[in-house]
Amino acid sequence: MTHLWHVYCNVWDGLSAQELSNTVEPTDVKNPEYFHKVVDCQYACPAHTPVPEYIRLIAAQRYTDAYMINWESNVFPGVLGRTCDRPCEPACRRGRVEEEPVAICRLKRVAADNKDSIADRLPSIPTEKNGKRIALIGAGPASLTVARDLMPLGYSIDIFDNQFAGGGMMRSQIPSFRLPISVLDEEVNYILDMGVVTTFDTEITSLKSVLDQGYDAVFVGTGAPRGKLLNLPGLEEAGDSVHVGIEWLSSVAFEHVEKIGKKVLVLGGGNTAMDCCRTSRRLGGEDVRVVVRSPFADMKASPWEKEDAMHEGIPIYDNHVPKEIVVEDGVMKGMLFEKVEAHYDEDGKRSLLPTGEDLVFMEADDVLMAIGQENAFPWIERDIGIEFDKWDMPVVDKTTFQSTNEKVFFGGDAAFGPENVITAVAHGHQAAVSIDLFCRGESTQNRPAPFTNLVSQKMGIHEWSYANAVADDERYIVPLAPMDQALKNRMVEVELGFDTDTGFKEAERCLNCDVQTVFEESRCIECDACVDICPTDCITFTENGEEEELRTRLSAPARNLEQDLYVSETLPTGRVMVKDEDVCLHCGLCAERCPTTAWDMQKFLYNVTKAGQEVA
Amino acid sequence: MSYQQPKFRHPSLPVNDLGYTRADYEGAISTLCAGCGHDSISGSIVRACHELSLEPHKIAKLSGIGCSSKSPTYFLGKSHGFNSVHGRMPSVVTGAAMANRDLLYLGVSGDGDTASIGMGQFAHAIRRNLNMVYIVMNNGCYGLTKGQDSATADEGSASKKGDPNPFGAIDLPGLALQLGATFVARSFSGDKEQLVPLIKAAMSHRGFALIDVVSPCVTFNNNSASTKSYEFVREHAEATGTVDFVPMREEITTSYEPGHSQEVTMHDGSVLRLRKMAEDLDPFDRGSAMMALEASRSSGQILTGLIYMDKDSADLHEVLNTSRRPLNTLAEEDLCPGDKVLQNINQSLR
Repeated sequence: MTHLWHVYCNVWDGLSAQELSNTVEPTDVKNPEYFHKVVDCQYACPAHTPVPEYIRLIAAQRYTDAYMINWESNVFPGVLGRTCDRPCEPACRRGRVEEEPVAICRLKRVAADNKDSIADRLPSIPTEKNGKRIALIGAGPASLTVARDLMPLGYSIDIFDNQFAGGGMMRSQIPSFRLPISVLDEEVNYILDMGVVTTFDTEITSLKSVLDQGYDAVFVGTGAPRGKLLNLPGLEEAGDSVHVGIEWLSSVAFEHVEKIGKKVLVLGGGNTAMDCCRTSRRLGGEDVRVVVRSPFADMKASPWEKEDAMHEGIPIYDNHVPKEIVVEDGVMKGMLFEKVEAHYDEDGKRSLLPTGEDLVFMEADDVLMAIGQENAFPWIERDIGIEFDKWDMPVVDKTTFQSTNEKVFFGGDAAFGPENVITAVAHGHQAAVSIDLFCRGESTQNRPAPFTNLVSQKMGIHEWSYANAVADDERYIVPLAPMDQALKNRMVEVELGFDTDTGFKEAERCLNCDVQTVFEESRCIECDACVDICPTDCITFTENGEEEELRTRLSAPARNLEQDLYVSETLPTGRVMVKDEDVCLHCGLCAERCPTTAWDMQKFLYNVTKAGQEVA
Repeated sequence: MSYQQPKFRHPSLPVNDLGYTRADYEGAISTLCAGCGHDSISGSIVRACHELSLEPHKIAKLSGIGCSSKSPTYFLGKSHGFNSVHGRMPSVVTGAAMANRDLLYLGVSGDGDTASIGMGQFAHAIRRNLNMVYIVMNNGCYGLTKGQDSATADEGSASKKGDPNPFGAIDLPGLALQLGATFVARSFSGDKEQLVPLIKAAMSHRGFALIDVVSPCVTFNNNSASTKSYEFVREHAEATGTVDFVPMREEITTSYEPGHSQEVTMHDGSVLRLRKMAEDLDPFDRGSAMMALEASRSSGQILTGLIYMDKDSADLHEVLNTSRRPLNTLAEEDLCPGDKVLQNINQSLR
């Protein structure tokens, strides 16, 4: 009857010895991935940019420092601050404690817009080369990232592209009203100016001929360049009135096309379709419509890109399947669509079933088809040791990006199909690590560990080196250029970006998830102060158990299974500390109210492995 | 230093019958020392009130002076509050209770406020069976004035300063039993599983309900030679049994082996289930409770849990036949019922 007996008798009574052994192991916070996962935005980012770290620098008006953290990690902060697919934002913890995530992408742009010259911060390029020559085919984000990582290590790099300048799809596919050319040129040139030998306006037609030039390694970053046409009745007769979306966008970017008909139909529901319709509005399209087979909610385009299109007066017709292109007397009149309804079976598999209504006719002077892209490698010989799979795609290792020809590496859309800029950058970094290991004669599989650091943020009693107060502000909206001006000229950038004051306020919304709550069992006196103060009921002291069951009896139920439980070793009373990471505000109150500093707020920095790092 | 709590709360906090979450029963951020037991008691009060679905505006929290008496600021931010003169909280509760019996009176006091300066007030509130919950946040020292030994410090116990206390301690539950208290319990701030049901039971009890809560002072009295440290209390706490509180509107679904448990229906219809009670204690017998307290004390243990309860307690309102309606709702016709009534009264006195 002693020693808090009554607390436990209840639980122990019903459990057999077998069940008691099924308890959660103490969390190993030395595993770099544990705390990395707590930083939701960074974990979700393909390139794992240390987001909270640069957001704090923006709040401190240290824009150049914030820019450089981005530049190291994602290479194109100015471009990505405008055009990134932002996988970080849906992951942002703020979206779980209130409505909207932090505007991470637009904060990145604040850093890019307000930085000083970074000339003196760029890595120095050795004048004495290491004797290794690398060829990069395609000058898009993946190849440029490889160049960025390998040039400072002394590699000699030749880059080839069929366009007149570097940037790849960032130049040909992203319209100027979303990405000014000056921003792109600046960030492409930081890399090319390192001494990369460029060969532009040149199509590579044989990989063998490149390999024959004696390169130590070749990186293929040629993207997914081939658009598709829907083979509908009337397609041939319609002739020049039907365009492939991505080809049309690059014709606009390179000024081969300057106008389009008044009535435009854009087929497709992805971001390319959104760029096509918005560009059409600027080249004379008055009645521009997006028509998509799937329901609106299932469209592949990012929600904000759909919003931007609709904001410019472009309606989106969903559940319309194209049936026929109507041509009369050799002139395209429009298209016929069948209305469908989406049905989902038990496995969630979708089928689009016709509603039985009459076909819908829509008039059109021009049709843009943005229904997907494909990789194509007609220029890669099939007898040079590169294995191709049954879809005629090269077999590429998902970690090393090496093909079955050990000298040839792939990255970006060319590796595993169409993704986005930030994914291409992530591929480029990893391919650069592999190329460097390969050229040094080491195994590409044996990769150096990521860089991590964990430092207390304590400045004094109850004083932290980060802004731990949680701002209540709702997400700030980015101002736009007046629509009449924006639609007149495709070179006018639509989004104006946050000014520095708004940037500060938005930066303060960041919860600093990288400042970790670190718990040290040996100091804990189980006074419950942390449990009592925690505003979001993250902390519980309780008996250990099976995770599924443990999650149900915490201070607040831990129903988000994607978020880990931080479980301590057994404490003197026989209980464990369990912290549900899900909605922790990183406010530091647990550490402030802890009398023995068993809790401490420690900043966790995680940088992915980079080329040139030694294997530990 | 954080001066306020963030406003965000866990999105799936449980909601009680009134639609309130626990957050609706919280107060301002505590300014007590980090790790103070009092904050845990505040947390237990918040939990108890939330789980009982009490309307915050139907609660009055009153206190005297001291660290303990600061704490009402840190819970029930939407309830009535009165921070009174040192040791005089019981008088203020008496006045308030006489004026309005509809509120739940929660007095919060400390060992200094109760066992020293307020001893007389404490004794008379018990003697009159004032309908209130009286929580003592008992840390055995004067934390607000640098930790001198208080009247509840055990003989031989030493605080951070290091000198053993030469005087015997006042045992508040023992004293309360002698004075005729109708509900006596002791608990520990670090044991919410025990404290929360006790607070709920005390709130459902009609009459004076004392909970003496040992609440370590981390700053001055949490050292190894102290008998009111987290470690000492954990090692020496001896529970009379386990108390489950089942509110009136909840169906009783759990069943226990006969002999192990005992159920008591409170006057408001809720049920107290006592489990694993010590064999030598009958918590409904004052003499048995006093014996158990003494036995525990002489063996160096701290008896916690429900120690004594008078199931048929008649509180001060009953004894004095006070107004059922709050005085502020009585209109002129109630207070001056007219000549005829006066004549009747005069007649009755002839």
